[in-house]
Amino acid sequence: MIKAFIIAGARVYGEKAADVAVVDGVIVPVADAPSTAVRIDADGLVLLPGLVDLHTHLREPGREDAETIETGSRAAARGGWTAIHAMANTTPVADTAGVVEQVWSRGREIGLVDVYPVGAVTVGLKGEHLSEMGAMANSRARVRLFSDDGICVYDPVIMRRALEYVKSFDGVVLQHAQDLRLTEGSQMHEGEVSAELGLTGWPAVAEESIVARDVLLAGHVGSRVHIQHLSTVGSVDIVRWAKSRGIQVTAEATPHHLFLTHEEARTYNPMFKVNPPLRTAEDVQAVREGLADGTIDIVATDHAPHPSEDKDCEWAAAACGMTGLETALGIVQSVMVDSGLMTWRDVARVMSTTPAAIGRVSQWHGRPIAVGEPAHLTLVDPRAEHTVDPSTHASRSRNSPYAGRVLPGRAVATFLRGKPTFLDPRLEGAFA
Amino acid sequence: MKHLLGTQDLSREEAVLILDTATQMAATQEREIRKLPTLRGKTVVNLFFEDSTRTRISFEAAAKRLSADVINFSAKGSSVSKGESLKDTALTLQAMGADAVVIRHWASGAADQLAHGGWLHGSVLNAGDGTHQHPTQALLDAYTMRRHLVDGPDGKGLDGLHVAIVGDILHSRVARSNVHLLTTLGAKVTLVAPPTLIPVGIGPWPVAVVHGLDAALDGPEIDAVMMLRVQRERMTGGGTAFFPSPQEYTRLFGLDGQRMARLPEHAIIMHPGPMNRGLEISAEAADSPRSVIVEQVANGVAVRMAALYLLLSGEEHM
Repeated sequence: MIKAFIIAGARVYGEKAADVAVVDGVIVPVADAPSTAVRIDADGLVLLPGLVDLHTHLREPGREDAETIETGSRAAARGGWTAIHAMANTTPVADTAGVVEQVWSRGREIGLVDVYPVGAVTVGLKGEHLSEMGAMANSRARVRLFSDDGICVYDPVIMRRALEYVKSFDGVVLQHAQDLRLTEGSQMHEGEVSAELGLTGWPAVAEESIVARDVLLAGHVGSRVHIQHLSTVGSVDIVRWAKSRGIQVTAEATPHHLFLTHEEARTYNPMFKVNPPLRTAEDVQAVREGLADGTIDIVATDHAPHPSEDKDCEWAAAACGMTGLETALGIVQSVMVDSGLMTWRDVARVMSTTPAAIGRVSQWHGRPIAVGEPAHLTLVDPRAEHTVDPSTHASRSRNSPYAGRVLPGRAVATFLRGKPTFLDPRLEGAFA
Repeated sequence: MKHLLGTQDLSREEAVLILDTATQMAATQEREIRKLPTLRGKTVVNLFFEDSTRTRISFEAAAKRLSADVINFSAKGSSVSKGESLKDTALTLQAMGADAVVIRHWASGAADQLAHGGWLHGSVLNAGDGTHQHPTQALLDAYTMRRHLVDGPDGKGLDGLHVAIVGDILHSRVARSNVHLLTTLGAKVTLVAPPTLIPVGIGPWPVAVVHGLDAALDGPEIDAVMMLRVQRERMTGGGTAFFPSPQEYTRLFGLDGQRMARLPEHAIIMHPGPMNRGLEISAEAADSPRSVIVEQVANGVAVRMAALYLLLSGEEHM
């Protein structure tokens, strides 16, 4: 393996062009690089710290037909990610130290991305008993994030206990905010489109009421809470209000809630079925503004791979979710950077630094691009306009809602501790 | 017109053409030999994922009277529980050479998916998909109204008529289809239902909404009142019921003799069937001379003949 290289002329954080030298996985002064160091011509490219995803479904163990830790790791590397957090809704559920250690060590073995398992809040995601979060926190996987994602921690007493309990190891509960009673049988956002299509509605209030409850609970017990895939105007307002009151709340937006609306459901194409559902144009606008003004802290993919048979069916029978690891960067560039709402430095914040901080992995990830720091780096070509073709994706699944859409840019190289985990064909030569 | 998936896709001209064609089809049914050779050699598949004997036999009669070969394909249960997907079923029908597929499905959008999934070349005729659309029901309703309420109906729409649709709008594909079609044809529509059975998000619908049958009768003169079936499961389930009791529903929304007497002389009473006598409609109203409920069934065959004929007998008609 090449031990020393210089990324020459990239715009660091999308700002000034500079050379960045890496030796033995660490960023070093350019003058210290050996004369044998490989030189990567990065003229016109943007250099970001390696991206950190707080919301990935790797499906292993249990649904290896949808994704494996290996295929998911490869998809992550291609998307520019160097760390991902694997959700707990596997089979068996990641609610014991044994399961999280298995996922963690498999991630290490593959070595394309650092895989941090998320532990379940409740045993079997059933919402009845707290899982042994302490054991998961103290395991080799060192779990700090807990979530029943896919299902809301609905019982307010269980939620309160979980928020309190994770304080002992500086953990955080990630909430999938969904009032289960208000969304029974729901298929899409409740509004003008659902009324016409005759699909059972998932009202915005079902998210907002849980967000409101949980920020109040977090404030009451003095804990942190993280709101997953925030999707409505009201949720943005509630989180903004909570932050103004000093409540320790963080929130994430997905690329699809930044980009797509419920109008997509008119095709009845289940590729657009997701939970929480795609919302209105006003909601999308509010989520973009919330991300730009810092109300929403991070972008997280909610990469949710499904085999084709779970999507090639009636809308009501189809699984919820869409892949996202390999398209997130292009979408964020399109809706946030190219639109002028954010700079590339902001992108580094919402897709690397802050997610690493929330996940309590910032001693390793989301580090500044500076001498002495680990070389987790992502090179972005912001002019690599391309048409999304899911059949070329590294993910085992093809359920991307962006098939046929044109995205303005993408990652062209990803480095984990200085090791290239993904190289665009045109850069491969440098490392041959 | 390749498919008939919903009434929102129909222009006024297309809708009037279907109704006029249905008139011609109905005339042929007065003859001694009712069978027409029009669709000889064509294969029509009735693909039913949901039980509906009434709709199936109506389509079957329509296709047979046009001399088409009819295959009945009952695929009950969800694709998930059954292990066979809509896609596989469509590919099977394609392999069997279906010229038209009449689909009834429990899932909203199934007809659209069948038509646009790229699995099937034939025409798709939506015979009811979930709580979305049931276009031939709306067409037969419009046909029935036009016959009774419009002088010299050929070539005409339903301009100026006022239709009240009473009942469970939220879960009704009949209501959705009728709202689009009746307004396309120039009628005014009032929806009459408790707020719990009106969908959130109907702001753009070109309708008036009232929350009691008496309020509707107090309003502008009604030419046709369409009573919708109230499903049992909407009334039970404790906290998930949509109204407090069947008795209260009947008190506020049921059509009985007294309310019928408040309708103008010429007004007709309609119901897509099957009726819950004593719940949304009393026997007195259902069996009265202004009830056209049985005639709706007969008109259904003529309208479905027209739809099959126009979809399958070539481009020149549409």
